[in-house]
Amino acid sequence: MLVLMKVKMAMLAGALAAPVLATTFAPAPPSDNDGALRLSSTSFLYRAAGDFSRDGRPVEGPLRHFRLSSDLLVMKRQVTVGEYARCVDEGACPRIAATAGSPDLPVVGVSWHDATAYAAWLSRKTGITYRLPTDEEWTFAAAEKARDEIMPLVDPSDPAQAWIARYEAESARDRPTAITAQPGGTFGTNSLGLDDLAGNVWEWTSSCFLRVSLDGGREQVTNTNCGVRVVEGAHRSYMTDFIRDPRSGGCAAGVPPANLGFRLVAEPSRSVATSVVRNVTNLLRRT
Amino acid sequence: MGAAVAALMMAAPAVAGAADDLKLPRQKVELVAPPLVHAHEQATKAGPKIVEFKLTIEEKEVVIDPAGTKFHAMTFGGSMPGPMMVVHEGDYMELTLVNPATNSMPHNIDLHSATGALGGGALTHVNPGEQVVLRWKATRPGVFVYHCAPEGMIPWHVVSGMHGTVMVLPRDGLKDAEGKTLRYDKIYYIGENDLYVPKDANGKYKTYETVGESYADTTEVMRKLIPTHVVFNGKVGSLTGKNAMTAKVGETVMLVHSQANRDTRPHLIGGHGDYVWEAGKFNNPPQKDLETWFIRGGSAGAALYTFREPGVYAYVNHNLIEAVELGASAHIKVEGKWNDDLMKQITPPGPIPPEKVGALAPDTVTR
Repeated sequence: MLVLMKVKMAMLAGALAAPVLATTFAPAPPSDNDGALRLSSTSFLYRAAGDFSRDGRPVEGPLRHFRLSSDLLVMKRQVTVGEYARCVDEGACPRIAATAGSPDLPVVGVSWHDATAYAAWLSRKTGITYRLPTDEEWTFAAAEKARDEIMPLVDPSDPAQAWIARYEAESARDRPTAITAQPGGTFGTNSLGLDDLAGNVWEWTSSCFLRVSLDGGREQVTNTNCGVRVVEGAHRSYMTDFIRDPRSGGCAAGVPPANLGFRLVAEPSRSVATSVVRNVTNLLRRT
Repeated sequence: MGAAVAALMMAAPAVAGAADDLKLPRQKVELVAPPLVHAHEQATKAGPKIVEFKLTIEEKEVVIDPAGTKFHAMTFGGSMPGPMMVVHEGDYMELTLVNPATNSMPHNIDLHSATGALGGGALTHVNPGEQVVLRWKATRPGVFVYHCAPEGMIPWHVVSGMHGTVMVLPRDGLKDAEGKTLRYDKIYYIGENDLYVPKDANGKYKTYETVGESYADTTEVMRKLIPTHVVFNGKVGSLTGKNAMTAKVGETVMLVHSQANRDTRPHLIGGHGDYVWEAGKFNNPPQKDLETWFIRGGSAGAALYTFREPGVYAYVNHNLIEAVELGASAHIKVEGKWNDDLMKQITPPGPIPPEKVGALAPDTVTR
């Protein structure tokens, strides 16, 4: 009975994935393995990123059904050392330590600024608008690889319980034994055909850190910090935009991402309108 | 010769005869790797005894950071630092030091807790394939470093991992300045390592086929006195995440910290040292309520702390560059009930209320 259900589930998943995989984005960016895939927009579950509170107590962000306003064109693989190096050679991207590595490996040790510079350069080269995905877009593309970081219910008057719960969840997670970037495909392909999501390279998104109050059943953003962006991988994290090496230690008692890298989405793949507006507004406000 | 005598001879150590001159009871201790410490009594009503320990020297390649940097370690018992050995004042330690034939170098041991013969160093030189048994009397209570000290190569062996700690407890246990008994519910041993890993022309850490081949380059790095890694218990992250130490609110934890080569300054973020033997010697009264304590290179210190709030604590070398950039950070996960009296977030982070912005008008700010 159970086996039968599993088979049915697998068939269902296969049926959903097939049309999505069908279209490979035509004007391929300058590499063999970073071809983009067109993912048909469907509804997915998304837990809002940021710090949420209700009546002054930290709570999980709301979990909602979400749907991108159009299909998503997203790179199958993370941007590689070789691809990034070309941008460096043309003087459009900052030189970083990792560009000395094997050209086929995913580029790591990149800040949000480095990734953004690469997107701008690639857009100029190809005439196609490339940019970092929003957190919603990343979550959609990651599909089953996106982990919902819901924490166990804890006594809200005891902040330490939440810290311990989060620390234990982060510590208990199976971590790839390899810490250095691995060749593309090492961490598998997800149901939508994208490689290496939630492996040992965390990916920058364009989403800013938000502090949100849920008091009185109303969602109100009380602070937007675009100096800190959402990074996604085996767990969601928030990273200051100029950080290239996400190490922790000292006062920081959490478990940091192993590496920072990125993949890009291409327009026209109008994302969730609100999200784009929000991010663009935030960007404008910042500059 | 009766069967009983034969059995007695079987139980006797390899160099029997001379070793039985004391006619004292014997106890054999199985050592455990840090941060754990073998089971022991904090105070004892029994008389002095001979406590037997066996340390097997292991030269081996280890990984010292998340980037996978490889390092030729030399170890007492396979861990960096070597295991802590606990006896009571007046006891005799009988230490069997084994240098298996699989090793490549001669080694020995200098115990700061022992008296004479360079701390035993002059009597314990063992080549690969040899072992030696040394007995020494514990005359001073405290935590003391032990380390390898082969002529000409002492610092290299020490910073390659060959150090550990002996704890000599007063027979009637630890006391505060007023003579009140101090006890711990739990003990952890943190050994700090300063590591000096050579880099190639591209700035990448170099690897070597054998420990011997790494010697010349490593010495070059050592002579500049700037470690590439400063870590607890042999590697970055050895005491964090799944390996984090644990405690409960209300538990008293003894934290022994050794540094065989270089000064350090442990600090428990969000906590204190209730009672600290900064120099590690228990005949001196412990200092109270310390924020950070100083461990002189070549010594061990001990701190007692009773946890009062739950949470994840960081225990660091408070040269924060060494803690965060070079690796000297540990975590202690403390379960229990939060105490609002000690700390409470009155207003969570939120927008600055307009009237308060007004109250901070520039002309009201004194310079």
